[in-house]
Amino acid sequence: MEIAGYPLRRLRARVLEGIDPTLFALALALSLVGLGVLYSASYENASRVASQLANLAVALAAMWAVAQVPPQTLARFALPAYCAGIALLAAVALGGEVVNGARRWLNLGVMRFQPSEMMKIAMPMMLAWYFHRREGAIRLRDFAVAGVLLALPVALIARQPDLGTALLVAAAGFYVIFLAGVSWRLLAGLAVLALASLFPLWGLLHDYQRRRILTLLDPSQDPLGAGYHTIQSTIAVGSGGIAGKGWLNGSQTHLEFIPERHTDFIFAVFSEEFGLVGNVLLLALYALLIARGLAIAAQAATLFGRLLAGSVTLVFFTYAFVNMGMVAGILPVVGVPLPFISYGGTALATLYVGIGLLMSIQRHRKLIQT
Amino acid sequence: MRFAELRNTERELRAFQVRLGAAGLAVLVAFALLLARFVWLQVLQHDAYSAKAEENRIAIVPLPPNRGLILDRNGEVLASNYLAYTLEIFPARVRDLEGTIAELAAFVDIQPRDRARFRKLLQETKNAESLPIRTRLSDEEVARIAANRWRFTGVDIKARLFRRYPYGEVASHVIGYIGRITTSDLEQLEEMEVAANYRGTDYIGKAGIEASYQQELHGVTGFERVEIDAAGRAADRGIQTLQPPTPAQPGNNVALTLDIRLQEVAERAFGKWRGALVAIEPATGGVLAFVSKPGYDPNLFVDGIDPQSWEELMSSPDRPLNNRAIAGLYPPGSTFKPYMALAALELGKRTPRTTISDPGYFVFGDRRFRDSKRGGHGTVDMYKSIVLSSDVYYYMLANDMGIDAIAGFMKRFGFGARTGIDLEGEAEGVLPSPEWKLARFSRPEQQRWYAGETISIGIGQGYNAYTPLQLAQALATLANNGAMFRPRLVSHVDNPRTGARGYFEPQLVRQVQLRPEHVAFVKQAMAGVNTEGTAARSFAGAQYTSGGKTGTAQVVGLKQGEKYEEDKVDERLRDHSLYIAFAPLEGPKIALAVLVENGGFGARTAAPIARTVLDYFLLGKLPTAPRRPVPEAVVQSDAESD
Repeated sequence: MEIAGYPLRRLRARVLEGIDPTLFALALALSLVGLGVLYSASYENASRVASQLANLAVALAAMWAVAQVPPQTLARFALPAYCAGIALLAAVALGGEVVNGARRWLNLGVMRFQPSEMMKIAMPMMLAWYFHRREGAIRLRDFAVAGVLLALPVALIARQPDLGTALLVAAAGFYVIFLAGVSWRLLAGLAVLALASLFPLWGLLHDYQRRRILTLLDPSQDPLGAGYHTIQSTIAVGSGGIAGKGWLNGSQTHLEFIPERHTDFIFAVFSEEFGLVGNVLLLALYALLIARGLAIAAQAATLFGRLLAGSVTLVFFTYAFVNMGMVAGILPVVGVPLPFISYGGTALATLYVGIGLLMSIQRHRKLIQT
Repeated sequence: MRFAELRNTERELRAFQVRLGAAGLAVLVAFALLLARFVWLQVLQHDAYSAKAEENRIAIVPLPPNRGLILDRNGEVLASNYLAYTLEIFPARVRDLEGTIAELAAFVDIQPRDRARFRKLLQETKNAESLPIRTRLSDEEVARIAANRWRFTGVDIKARLFRRYPYGEVASHVIGYIGRITTSDLEQLEEMEVAANYRGTDYIGKAGIEASYQQELHGVTGFERVEIDAAGRAADRGIQTLQPPTPAQPGNNVALTLDIRLQEVAERAFGKWRGALVAIEPATGGVLAFVSKPGYDPNLFVDGIDPQSWEELMSSPDRPLNNRAIAGLYPPGSTFKPYMALAALELGKRTPRTTISDPGYFVFGDRRFRDSKRGGHGTVDMYKSIVLSSDVYYYMLANDMGIDAIAGFMKRFGFGARTGIDLEGEAEGVLPSPEWKLARFSRPEQQRWYAGETISIGIGQGYNAYTPLQLAQALATLANNGAMFRPRLVSHVDNPRTGARGYFEPQLVRQVQLRPEHVAFVKQAMAGVNTEGTAARSFAGAQYTSGGKTGTAQVVGLKQGEKYEEDKVDERLRDHSLYIAFAPLEGPKIALAVLVENGGFGARTAAPIARTVLDYFLLGKLPTAPRRPVPEAVVQSDAESD
């Protein structure tokens, strides 16, 4: 059998080239779980599932494309992508569209574009590229430069305000710096400094951000306002029990008690319907995905690859931990989706680009060693 | 340099691997933390969160009970329920109330009074519930709204039970009415700790039996578990099956001692006159008829009275909402005299044979107390003093007895004390005494009791002020030879489900100790009133024996030497006409008091009403034509005085 002159077997080989089967299987498994939960969260209305399916197709294509690009080529995009990202963030700050009180979107005429999303990839690439260039001669000064490179976009995103994305971008950058070997003492010192600066920072926070932090400490303070999300999602999780209420049978979900049940709070839907058993399986899937990512990082050929793979993987972890922690009521409510499961095209594409990066790094792990 | 860089690279690689290991450990710790949290929520705290999820999911919807009926002594229905459709607006869910009402007006007829009533309800009820903009929709209107329901949010058609009072104005002051539960009603219910039983109930008794037997009539609210969504709407499809509902227990039916036919006869007998009539069964205290004229149509109140009708009721000079039978205070006039006579006999101040000379006036100090008959009645004994109603006889008697003795005796007949009838809003009245004056007034010269004040007390004037109910109860006590029963309107309540019946036993208030021959004498004299005295014309041809006494109560005091001329006095300043009667003479079945406001001489307007009522009650005889007041000329020549 041939397609456009290509034998089918060779075509399949060409398509599958560079696709890490373990990583792909794990990510796809999570996405399929996500589609099932989404079906329940949208009250068995298939149109939202179909739309997410389309998002998934786009994301997979992006993953495949990125996986085909060797890390050295990727590294060349690091600086331009970073600079473009900073420019776009500046443009948003000056003339972005305001949605729900936050200035996050850039209207490109045909579509609205969220530059902060692209920073989730551009940030670790930029820092990994920077440290890679300084390989063998990394000094304190380099960490200082990296710190500034990180702080600038994070500050711009936090100002929008988009605390969730700022947190993820900051995490991505921090993981690179951490993996590049910044001294423990410096880290400890920074931690102390960060704690000390909490009080003046408090003054810079928006009211709603302060309220979110305060209601985390005691959600019952504001059961109908900011605390409502946490109270209802905690009830959903707790009432799920060990075995869960069964798919499509979550009363908290189906009677509209869970807010944002398609996106940031989709884990409450999952947890209510699949219980502790489901949660353990989901944690296991994430753990395996992270383990695979860390293994790729450990085997990567270059410092760029190591740092980038490590950072991307740990960002997956950050997504999962912050989101589940928020739904389970141990972390404040910040806009962080559950990776591969929450509804939303941009976030899904970003995640699969990350998977693509890992695949590319994994595929080219032996290039320099030979 | 190259070597150093390589060495550095080696070191950096090792550092990276340590860091990666540390990160992996951190991931494990974090996931372990999440797992611990999941176990805490889903295993250890599962029951608590399940309960909370159930609480979210299940709303307890009250099932309000059907209100009990009110029946008369023969089972005739005086207050019933009927099902009707109402068009209701949920104010909390409607952004533009006026606009919505205007749009609704395109489909159903909404009168200005409907709008006014809706606004009034909106002000009175603070909590967000649905309020009727139109009640009693026709089938066509229901269909029209139903077809256009999609146009409106917060608008609904509801099937509701409404109260109907088939007799309208008749017995309105007994039956009373129900109205919407207001904020102050709710506070009261909360104080009584029964507010939970009123969830889902919109109406409560506001007056009459509806108010005083509210607890009996209301019933027990049932409830049903309904699955709701976060917005509080009933969920379209059930997630889990629910427990069966606990049905409501309907309120008890309340049966009155009142005979609605007798009541109708009595009310019709009043014609256009204002006044009150209370008829009591002496042996039990059961109220047979209870009139306060004018009445009102209680149906007006059922779905919220419109402000215009309310204004009319409130501003009418006839004060139709005033329950004259228990809240109106009137001097008893000459109907006081039989009790004065009895007191004189009991206290040994007079014998039946003691006579006085009645010149038409009585002089006390420098004051002259006039008799209503010019020139007086001549030689008067006790019998004649009652039959012809001599004032001078009782001026003298009051003066001889003194105020303390009078007050002490009258108190035993219940004058000036609430009877404890099963209606709200009973007035106390005034039994004049030095103690009463001391408490009533503040200035020392007003507080003193003057001996001259005792004189007019003897003929039921002065400070004397009693409710028609008190007059009826006192007479029932006399007719019953001193056994006083608490007057009451309800004979029993029936549980409509079980058929269980609970009787209210007659309640003996006290046994007034009286010598039988004294009682017999006074009754005989009262019989004389109806056969040869002031009420003889009214009772001509009666086929039963009876005793009575006419009375006239002054509305305005006359100056010394001034003559009362009815024609010259403004209608509302004319004397009140009173009459008390019991029948038959032996083993009386009925004792009644009639008061006609501004009716003039008691013999003229009040006595004919009593005759009509007694004829119907004792003989079943309906008046052939509206009984006209006895012509004045006849009264004057026949009875001369009263």
